Amino acid sequence: MRNPFEGPKLFSPSFVDALRAYAPELLEVPGSGGTMPQVPHGTTVAAIRFADGVAMGGDRRATEGMTIAQRDIEKVFPADEFSAVAIAGAAGPAIEMVRLFQTELEHYEKIEGFPLSLEGKANKLGQMVRGNLPLAMQGLVVLPLFCGYDIRRDTGRIFRYDVTGGRWEDADYHASGSGGKDARASLKKRYRSDMEADVAVDVLMEALYDAADEDAGTGGPDLVRGIFPVVATVTRRGYQRVADDELRKAAERVMAARTRGEG
Amino acid sequence: MSVPFYVPAEQITKDKADYARKGIARGRPLIVLEYTGGIAFVAENPSTHLHKVAELYDRIAFAAVGRFSEFENLRQAGVRLADIRGYAYGREDVSSRSIANAYSQTLGQIFIQEFKPYEVELCVAEVGIEGAPNSLYHVVFDGNVFDRKGFLAMGGQSEDLNGELQRSYDEGLDLDGVLQLAMRVLRQAGTAGESGSRLEVALLERDRPRRSFRRLSQEDVESRAGEPAS
Repeated sequence: MRNPFEGPKLFSPSFVDALRAYAPELLEVPGSGGTMPQVPHGTTVAAIRFADGVAMGGDRRATEGMTIAQRDIEKVFPADEFSAVAIAGAAGPAIEMVRLFQTELEHYEKIEGFPLSLEGKANKLGQMVRGNLPLAMQGLVVLPLFCGYDIRRDTGRIFRYDVTGGRWEDADYHASGSGGKDARASLKKRYRSDMEADVAVDVLMEALYDAADEDAGTGGPDLVRGIFPVVATVTRRGYQRVADDELRKAAERVMAARTRGEG
Repeated sequence: MSVPFYVPAEQITKDKADYARKGIARGRPLIVLEYTGGIAFVAENPSTHLHKVAELYDRIAFAAVGRFSEFENLRQAGVRLADIRGYAYGREDVSSRSIANAYSQTLGQIFIQEFKPYEVELCVAEVGIEGAPNSLYHVVFDGNVFDRKGFLAMGGQSEDLNGELQRSYDEGLDLDGVLQLAMRVLRQAGTAGESGSRLEVALLERDRPRRSFRRLSQEDVESRAGEPAS
């Protein structure tokens, strides 16, 4: 690591640029020949808009081929006070990308004295996904879902990405990962634009339940160990993780309805 | 080739120190005070955007007086140092001591090597958690570092202000108490209340999770100190 107090002056407010200038070794990804060994993969994440903001959720399973690598992995993180990021794909690079993204947003805010716009945050994440392209070519694909509350437009917004860093905004909901298609089908049936936060949490919980029902890579609520999907909301009041006992109740409501033969 | 005149090192150092001291004394003062719930920074600052106090890391803040362009440069380098350390290791591995040390080294080097020394004086403060004490490092223009306890005044009239704080400061003061004290000593020194004077107030709050830095608005300050802030 070089001394940030010496050398030519850096004008960029970006943390990635600071790393490139002073500690490039922290950005390096060693190239590898041959085939990539199996590594843990996170599976299904989903986001949905509601009346006052957005909600985001992810199941807790990581798989390594046909094996369950972890039962209580977390895939939903606060990116900063007013945004959240959830990641499906290779767990190692994904969690590292989240850490870099969180630092990037905080660094910009500290250097400039005010936070990036939601649009700016979404674009920055796209650049990071593009930076991961060499690893993605070797099978370590990282696909984030980003959502936040846009203070300037006074609304919640959802962004999804593809491997090349392409960025698309979703007006209402999206889900990605191995169970993403099943979760999307479920969200589509229950989505209402004027939902309240508690309804949105229920809808997300049901979508993740449906994904776990259809996709072997996605974990459902684990009543034995007390492990439930992570769900968070982002509104004008900021990022808030939904408490575990509320998630337990939401999961139990979904399962009770299924037991009665509904849904 | 002409031979340069011999000037004793003592003379150069003294001239540079006088120059830096004069520049710093021309500026407005800044006071740092420990209170029961954390650390408060009170600066006279006519600008609402060009801050003298800023966040460095979770529990660490930066406060400076003197030439804005010079201390802003140092502030940004401090943020970079802290963020790179925290990213390379862990968030709890970023300490005010190592940042203060980096400032000391940098200012010391500039003082000796550059034609003109930096006209800045700064404070790196860290609020202690889980029973650990706070740290207040006072770094001056020639790279000297002083470890302060309780309070610290920098910038114009800092000698008078430190003397007054020495008499009136009590470590059991709460936030309202230290704000009232800061405003009283600033008024006594005759700097607050001038036209265009505005107070910039920020806190490191011990009980705030993770990022403990917070700015107080002019209205907050007025209601807490029980009198107009300007």
